[in-house]
Amino acid sequence: MRVTEAVRAALSAIGANALRSLLTMLGIVIGVAAVIAMVAIGSGARDLVDRQIRSLGANLVVVTAGNVTQGGARLGAGAASTLTDEDAAAIKREIEGVVAAAPFVQGRAQVVWGGNNWNTTVFGVDLDWSVAREWEVEQGRSFDPEELRRGEIVALVGRTVVQRLFGDEDPLGETLRVKNVPFRIIGVMAPKGQSAIGQDQDDVVFVPLDAGKRRVVGRNFAKDRSVGAIFVKFASEDDILPGIERISGLLRQRHRLGVDREDDFAIRNLTELVNTAGAAARTLSLLLAAVAGVSLLVGGIGIMNIMLVSVTERTREIGLRLAVGARPRDILAQFLIEATTLAAMGGAIGVAVGVGAALAVARMAGWPSLVAPEAIAVAVLFSGLVGVFFGFYPAQRAARMDPIEALRRE
Amino acid sequence: MALIAIRDLTRIYELDAGRVVALDRVSLDIEDGELIAVMGPSGSGKSTLMNLIGCLDRPTTGAYRLRGVAVETLSANGLAALRNREIGFVFQQFNLLPRMDALGNVELPMVYAGIDRRRRREKALAALGRVGLAERAHHRPMQLSGGQQQRVAIARALVNAPSLLLADEPTGALDSRTAIDILALFQELNREGVTVVLVTHDADVARHARRVVRFRDGRIVDDLRQAPLDARDAVHARIAEAAE
Repeated sequence: MRVTEAVRAALSAIGANALRSLLTMLGIVIGVAAVIAMVAIGSGARDLVDRQIRSLGANLVVVTAGNVTQGGARLGAGAASTLTDEDAAAIKREIEGVVAAAPFVQGRAQVVWGGNNWNTTVFGVDLDWSVAREWEVEQGRSFDPEELRRGEIVALVGRTVVQRLFGDEDPLGETLRVKNVPFRIIGVMAPKGQSAIGQDQDDVVFVPLDAGKRRVVGRNFAKDRSVGAIFVKFASEDDILPGIERISGLLRQRHRLGVDREDDFAIRNLTELVNTAGAAARTLSLLLAAVAGVSLLVGGIGIMNIMLVSVTERTREIGLRLAVGARPRDILAQFLIEATTLAAMGGAIGVAVGVGAALAVARMAGWPSLVAPEAIAVAVLFSGLVGVFFGFYPAQRAARMDPIEALRRE
Repeated sequence: MALIAIRDLTRIYELDAGRVVALDRVSLDIEDGELIAVMGPSGSGKSTLMNLIGCLDRPTTGAYRLRGVAVETLSANGLAALRNREIGFVFQQFNLLPRMDALGNVELPMVYAGIDRRRRREKALAALGRVGLAERAHHRPMQLSGGQQQRVAIARALVNAPSLLLADEPTGALDSRTAIDILALFQELNREGVTVVLVTHDADVARHARRVVRFRDGRIVDDLRQAPLDARDAVHARIAEAAE
């Protein structure tokens, strides 16, 4: 008997007991749907984390100033400018695995061009910034070391600021007034999109660190060399945790903090933060994997059970088929193909449900919906294998029947 | 050469209750073109002989040649192929598959002979025509009367042009009028050259055969040739009776 023939016969047998067949498939349906959703949600979450790390800059920690105690009152982070650009230089020089240490100051300011104005975030940065944040200038050029050293009043602007102030006009060479200081625009940053917490990262103006301190942020930077915070970028993820320890040690030493004094700075591992967000998705993904495994197992047992019932019910049919010339292996193939068809149909329905679920979850979570064609192929193939595996025993029972006994059975 | 040559065929069942000698050194020849009835009460060994002739079972000892093939030496697959090619079974309970229409049921032996769909369809329609059911090809067994179902079963048995039809109580589930019709069909097929073996306990059925082999206790007690009743006479008589 040919395979197409057997599949047609299987479909007719499945159709003859439509409800029973559907219920039997349910385990496989749930299992496969869970696999598809799991893979889609897992890869969607991974993709999201990857994108956030990319937009933040990989292997990044931020060292912030603060935690000063004045007269018994512990002032929070950023309350005092205890970090300096020399600290940044020391970190870069002395800590192993540090690729960049970018000191910066940050403040909000009203920016004006022509008749338009806009409130945005102004960063005072140095050259390491673009290394640490993996952020390139898209149009024009970046700061040159001379400009930075002299604290010239030039600026790089983010995409959102360009849109708000300039519309379609070319901002390069234009003068942007920041707190009434005229900055010449020399470049436009490549767009970054939203941050992990949903902020528009392109709503930004960059100025040289020195210019930023003196002319824009101003406050609390009495000491000439102090900075708000330092982004430290490591070469690899493995460098981060030992690196944090060493930075802490180095800064305590540089700030001459005795053993009884608290840190006057804080170090946060930003990569860790993003990974934590991804971990929830991975947990969901694992849960679905467990559901998938159990469902496929239960579904397979269900198929075995119903195939055993079917073989018993159709004993006379088996006897008749044997009498008219079916070989035992024809009977084996018939029931094996029936079980496999049943499982594969369950798999196909499961794919539809799984894709639907994945799209729904992706939409709710605002993820890219990544339904991998390979995952679908694997899921259908796997459900087919479940059919073969759990269908084998019933099929073998059918194939081993004695035709005389089988024909005599009521 | 005889179509069927059986020598000292013995079949012993080993049951929990002990050994049962179902068939005891039976020898029998059947020629092409015969219409033979195998008779005997239940337990006489006639069903055992039928299973052996039908290649559904293998003897404990003895030899069985079907068209010169030593059946007792064949594997399960060899037996299946031989059944497919040489034997057409007709059962008391018809044994049609309820999900398939008449045509599908008749096609079934050809599925295992590896014949392609188009030729299967042609041959199945021809076989249904031969038993007078061409116009019922797409009826399911449930939609057919008992006599019609048995005709479909006979068409199925004929479709691979086997060496013999092996009919096990073919009229046992039918009323007497339908039974006569089915016997008339067997006689007609036999006149066309089909070898028919009727296995029955019913003397009225056996009277329609030209040769009657009687079994008791696993042995042949007599093997007679007779002038058979012509089932057409009964059919005609019935028609005449109805006309009056």
